[in-house]
Amino acid sequence: MNQKKELVAGTPSLKVKLPLPLSFCQGCHHGSAVRVIWESLEELGIEDNTIFIGGVTCGSINAFITDVDALAPVAHGRAPDTASGMRRLVDEDTIIITYQGDGDAIAIGTESLVQAAGRSERITVFMVNNANYGTTGGQMAPTTIVGQKTTTTPLGRGKNQEGFPLSAAEIVAGIKGTAYSARGSLTSPANYTKTKKYVKKALQKQIDKVGFSFVEILSACPPNWGMPPTECLKWIDTELAKEFPLGEFKDVDSPG
Amino acid sequence: MEDIIFIDGNEAVGWGALAAGCDAFYGYPVTPQNNIGEWFAREFPKRGKVFAQTSSEVASINWLLGGATVGGRVITSTSGPGWPLMQETISHIVNCEVPCVIVLVQRGGPGQGTTRHGQMDYASATLGGGNGGYKNIVLAPYSAQEVHDLVQIAFHLADKYRNPVVVLSDGIIGTTMEPVELRSLEFEELPEKDWALRGRGKQKGKKRNLLSCGQGLMPTPRNPSYLALLNTLNDKFNKMEREEVLSESHNLDDAELVVVSYGYSARVSIEAMWLARAEDLKVGMIRPITVWPFPYDVIRSEYKKGKKFLVVEDSLGQMLVDVRMACDYETEIGLISCLDRHEEREGGVIFPEKVLQKIKMMLA
Ligand code: SF4
Repeated sequence: MNQKKELVAGTPSLKVKLPLPLSFCQGCHHGSAVRVIWESLEELGIEDNTIFIGGVTCGSINAFITDVDALAPVAHGRAPDTASGMRRLVDEDTIIITYQGDGDAIAIGTESLVQAAGRSERITVFMVNNANYGTTGGQMAPTTIVGQKTTTTPLGRGKNQEGFPLSAAEIVAGIKGTAYSARGSLTSPANYTKTKKYVKKALQKQIDKVGFSFVEILSACPPNWGMPPTECLKWIDTELAKEFPLGEFKDVDSPG
Repeated sequence: MEDIIFIDGNEAVGWGALAAGCDAFYGYPVTPQNNIGEWFAREFPKRGKVFAQTSSEVASINWLLGGATVGGRVITSTSGPGWPLMQETISHIVNCEVPCVIVLVQRGGPGQGTTRHGQMDYASATLGGGNGGYKNIVLAPYSAQEVHDLVQIAFHLADKYRNPVVVLSDGIIGTTMEPVELRSLEFEELPEKDWALRGRGKQKGKKRNLLSCGQGLMPTPRNPSYLALLNTLNDKFNKMEREEVLSESHNLDDAELVVVSYGYSARVSIEAMWLARAEDLKVGMIRPITVWPFPYDVIRSEYKKGKKFLVVEDSLGQMLVDVRMACDYETEIGLISCLDRHEEREGGVIFPEKVLQKIKMMLA
């Protein structure tokens, strides 16, 4: 029992301390998702030029603990618009990223997301998909899968009643202005590595001035799913990834 | 002598913004202010400045937030149903404490109402339709020249207070062509925007900047707690209220009746005042230029001298509420409203003769 635990990884240097304890639930993936982004920013050497916009999500707190210029939380769903307004006025080498939840990005923010992709806006959107509205206590999201129980679909999402979930990565990939779109998860070291590759590629598209890039990250929300963290990982692998397959959906050198 | 050109009150927005050193216009078409965006689309890019047509008014105002947070001087404009769509984010911008200018060319409502003129957004502009309670300085021009000048003042005040400023125009001011003198107004120097986001590598000491539309949710260097934020905002609103009231007075010395009116209806009222004077009726006028903060004191001191009031506005009576408050709900206050337009169709306006009639009734 008293075994010494081996440290798998240290604290990323872009993490700053808040004068408050972090509010993530145990087993939440927001910490890991932002860690992948932080590491990518550092490895690409762009942390000095990056502006981080936090949308409406539990993970918006990541903007407050990120040692890069940051703005958060912005109005519901509108981070891609806010990013676009910045894009036209900042230096060419400035990298603009948004970090949003699924409820933020593909419910109220659908217009903002789709239009930014359409304009091939040189920004990168990270959407963390946990298939429910985590922040407000586990209601149905556009990403809730058919049959999944939430506080507003107590009998499970019904395809005749609530309809089908929206697959953001595929929707965005289908838009001409998109340079890159992918979906990753954080359920295993292998998936971490792949997701990080997607994140870096998405950022590289922006660095290379190709166009709009997008990465969806499947993520656990243990309290709202009513499962212990380990079971959440299994559920992502078996159920969520069936509805939202992992992989790259678009990767082009010049959109259109 | 500077250039004098013949333009309408909508185009005057563009020339005013140019004189103010505006960097970008982000907006969406809605009648009757479409030639504002068209002006920026035509004139800004060739001067190395930014124009972008957004996908909705909701988008416009969020682009504006983005442009403001990176330190740009940014402006948008809208009318009628575009205005309520912006309200949510105006509240966010106030919380974020970044400057921007929003031009509202009022049209008739409610709902889609008409695409022609009206003065029916006074209440939502002065009280603020977004959540949580906030204040914006609201400037109300009554001519194309004043649009041109007030847009410059708006940019200055926005920067001074790190707060949105609204220019409250209307369809008649916006579409009436008049000679406008292009002149750059002089202002006191403003502090450097050292709070703006540009990437921490470009910040002093390479220390990151953090801005938040949710100051109060999490501690920020400027406002470490929610109460600190409320104090910051409250001090700011109070200072605006003390120091930024603008109004114009005519013929108050011997007046027995004072007309209070803003925007296009003030033009009508001034005409009516002179018609009344020609008939030896003792009529004066107060024209609020800032409708928030409202010139309560100017009106109050006239009411205390025992004068009657007549409010003229092209709505069902919105500024009326402020005038009643200024007069402690005591004195006689008449109203000429959109119901007094000269015809039933949307093109109808309030004519000076109608105001004169009411003046005569009230002084009889
Ligand atoms: S509610 Fe869900 S998303 Fe929010 S912190 Fe908890 S686990 Fe994370």
